[in-house]
Amino acid sequence: MSLTDGLILLPLAGALVVWLAPLPRELSAGLAFLVALGEVALWITTAGRFDFGDDGLQFATSFEWFDDLGVSYHVGLFSWSLWLVGVSVVVCAAALGYALVAGRDRARAYGGLMLFLTGAIVAVFAAQDLLLFYVAFEAMLIPIYVLIGVWGGPGRLGATLKFVIYTMAGSLLMLAAIVAYGIGQGTFSLVDGPTSDNVWIFLGFAVAFAVKAPLFPFHGWLLDAYRESTPEVAAVLSGVVSKAAVYGFIRIAIAKFPEPADDFTVPILVLAAVGLAYGSLLAFRSPDFRGVLAYSSMAQMGLIVLGIFAFNDLGLDGAILQAVNHGLVSGTMFLLAAMVERRTSTGDFDRLGGMAKGRPALATLLMTTGIIALAVPGAATFAGEFAILAGVFDQGWGYAAIGAAAIVLAAMYVLRLISAVLHRARGPAVSDAALDLRPAELMIVVPLVVCLLGLSAWPALVSDRAFPNDAATAISEALR
Amino acid sequence: MIPTPNVDWLALSPVLALLGGSGVALLGAVLVPRWMRRALGAAAAFAGFVAAGILAGIVFDRTPEAQTIIAESMVRDRFAALTQIILAAAGALAVLVSWGERRRFHGAEYYALLAAAGSGMLFFVQAGNLMTLFLGLEWFSLCLYVLCAMDTERETSLEAGLKYLIVGSFGSGVLLFGSALVYGATGELGFEAIAGADVTSDALLLAGLAMLIAGFGFKASAAPFHMWTPDVYQGAPTSVTAFMSAATKAAALAVTLRVLVTAFPDQEETWRIAVAVLACASLAVGNLAALVQRDVKRLLAYSSVSHAGFMLIAVAAANELGGRALLYYFIPYGAMSIGAFAVVAARERELQRPVTLDGLAGFGWERPFLGVCMWAFMLGFAGFPLTGGFLGKLYVFSAAYDSGWWWLVVVGVVATAVSLYYYLAVVRAMYMRSELELRLAAPVAGGSPPSDPFLTLGTGACLAVTVGSFFLVQPLIDLAKDAAAQLPL
Repeated sequence: MSLTDGLILLPLAGALVVWLAPLPRELSAGLAFLVALGEVALWITTAGRFDFGDDGLQFATSFEWFDDLGVSYHVGLFSWSLWLVGVSVVVCAAALGYALVAGRDRARAYGGLMLFLTGAIVAVFAAQDLLLFYVAFEAMLIPIYVLIGVWGGPGRLGATLKFVIYTMAGSLLMLAAIVAYGIGQGTFSLVDGPTSDNVWIFLGFAVAFAVKAPLFPFHGWLLDAYRESTPEVAAVLSGVVSKAAVYGFIRIAIAKFPEPADDFTVPILVLAAVGLAYGSLLAFRSPDFRGVLAYSSMAQMGLIVLGIFAFNDLGLDGAILQAVNHGLVSGTMFLLAAMVERRTSTGDFDRLGGMAKGRPALATLLMTTGIIALAVPGAATFAGEFAILAGVFDQGWGYAAIGAAAIVLAAMYVLRLISAVLHRARGPAVSDAALDLRPAELMIVVPLVVCLLGLSAWPALVSDRAFPNDAATAISEALR
Repeated sequence: MIPTPNVDWLALSPVLALLGGSGVALLGAVLVPRWMRRALGAAAAFAGFVAAGILAGIVFDRTPEAQTIIAESMVRDRFAALTQIILAAAGALAVLVSWGERRRFHGAEYYALLAAAGSGMLFFVQAGNLMTLFLGLEWFSLCLYVLCAMDTERETSLEAGLKYLIVGSFGSGVLLFGSALVYGATGELGFEAIAGADVTSDALLLAGLAMLIAGFGFKASAAPFHMWTPDVYQGAPTSVTAFMSAATKAAALAVTLRVLVTAFPDQEETWRIAVAVLACASLAVGNLAALVQRDVKRLLAYSSVSHAGFMLIAVAAANELGGRALLYYFIPYGAMSIGAFAVVAARERELQRPVTLDGLAGFGWERPFLGVCMWAFMLGFAGFPLTGGFLGKLYVFSAAYDSGWWWLVVVGVVATAVSLYYYLAVVRAMYMRSELELRLAAPVAGGSPPSDPFLTLGTGACLAVTVGSFFLVQPLIDLAKDAAAQLPL
């Protein structure tokens, strides 16, 4: 047993207990939240013991699962994947906290599924065996499907269908690719497996990750899923689940397929840049709170992929930093959206407005998060975006130019969102009965914002510790 | 004087034990007082299945080398023994599921026939020549015809029995004709002897081979020989459907693999293509037709056609990995199939009418345990991880890829993607219908649903196998490996 096992098993065991224990609603939700907090504490312990000078796999466990195909349960953390796990457990804990505050129906099932999702996400970021990775990747889908389908908004059935069809189309291609790779190489291990130069296998993986991120033009599921799910699920979906694509691109698509990845750099960079610009434009045009967040999330994922496929130290460090930033920003923003929706029962900008007056806490938090989201100099996101753009400049100045333009667009859509919600004349849905954030809500959002402010003060906490030595070398050597 | 062959009683013991169980149930049906007939029949059949499974396990353990027995008419090998264990387990689960069925007449005869059908299947998978093959086939088929028509008060049951009888007999006839042609071409009946014989006419042999494959296709309900499946699965008593969908298919496919690889190794290139075509047809027909079904039994029937397609991919791979994949696939598939029909049976008894997707509305919240089971079975059918269904598909695809036919992997993957729609439709119906719809569909007039501990137990066992076969794949795959190693793959 290593700490990585603990990080995977704690939420899974917690999920079983929460689901099976016949507790009343508040207690179930509270228990789920406690388990999530325990998970955060466990992650802090792991990070405290982590050797950030080492590129290699740490806290690894491995035992054979079935030998004739060469499949094993093999988990461990790299310094960069540790950060992805960290942002996941924090956002999941905040989401479970919000579920407790909001008092979701059928709390046992809800809390159990959310914890199961947390465990599956951590397993994705820790998987060192292709089949285990696939299992965890798919295992994320099951709770998300039910969480949206049962607790979601009126259009939830359509949203789940779209989500499942898109995701599964991608994952099944990946399954075919995994079979081809694993049977061809005689092992499914990501640590021992040799690199491959098969373009088709690479594309199978790349498409699956492109759907998950999502990259343009694989984003058809995005808006409905983020709009129809409960806001805390949307926070996890956009903040954390999308990062599975980041892990997949780095750990599998680039590390195991160096030549095809090199050949396909230009198309992927173009798609990422298009997604960045197009997502930002759509976010600017969105008529509602969650629409802006959904498309800005797509834009940010495009930016992160730009950083990954820059193939250099700056770009990759920036990508990891930005993945952490975006997880926190997106999680915070969706939870704030939830709190606004709870007070006004709408997210439409037409019906919102003027909420700053008399609601200082809400206004301050939304303003702070928004300013960080638009990458104002001094914010953690600024550091991440700057590193990514400087990194991708090596691949061509055009990408950097599009990225820089998109940052201007980000300022436009975030400011539009802030003014539509907080300022302007008071909207018809905003009544005087809509009070400021309650202490319980503050206790969930404020820690997230504090994390963001801390990262803004010291972005090197992540970026210097993502890839201790040169990132490109780390990927080409240590990960193989 | 005709020399009497030496009889290997141990190898026959699973068949005989189950036949004994059937006999006890049948005697009980007339000799004991009316009130205990059903209980005695069920107990005898259950004991028969359990004993057969244990004996098959002993045979498995004591058969390090494959051998032919009783004048080369039967086979004693681990491949047959493992299949028999799976079939016996399926039968035992079917008995548990059947118990709650309220039948006014023939309570004990039902169990006698179930056990007799089971023993026929055990005999069938041990067949070593074309005679015993046909004997076994007819043995279990006749029992199943009667079982399908068992609910004489329901018109659909009679219709199902008649349809199955006519189409099934046609299938048996095709198989018999094929056997005759093969015998004509080679002058041999034993599978190994056929492989070694001098072929007088290639055309005769190939025609015979084609008809044999068609005959097996009927029993395994592989497209295009599946037309009876939806009607029969829908009309037959649900517990019989559960047994048929798991056991008949496993028996037919196991024998298909055995006959093809032992008797026709020289024609491998030909039959591999034929089987691959059947697999693709089954995947296409099963999945596309299932998309539009509203009746859950019919939906599951088409799903079973598509799973025949997946298993045929393993047969078409014709390598050792394929043999392993096929045997492994039987385990989660059988459990999911019986379990899913058991849940349908529970709902049917609750509603007193056929279960449609609308009829499942809210079921997941009303009956949490059965709901979760059904959820797991559907995810397993769709090949989601944390169920053995995923690893079954993985093995099948690996076998196909290993044999060099990567396009079969692509077909299988596309079929899986299509199948998600209807499997998730069941989950959607159980958990995600709006409150308004729920009230429209909820037909139960108060009171708690009928409790059936045996059905719950059986479904729970199916859930345990479905999930357990995912985590404990190593011991199962070791068994499958030992078994498949005794076929000339």
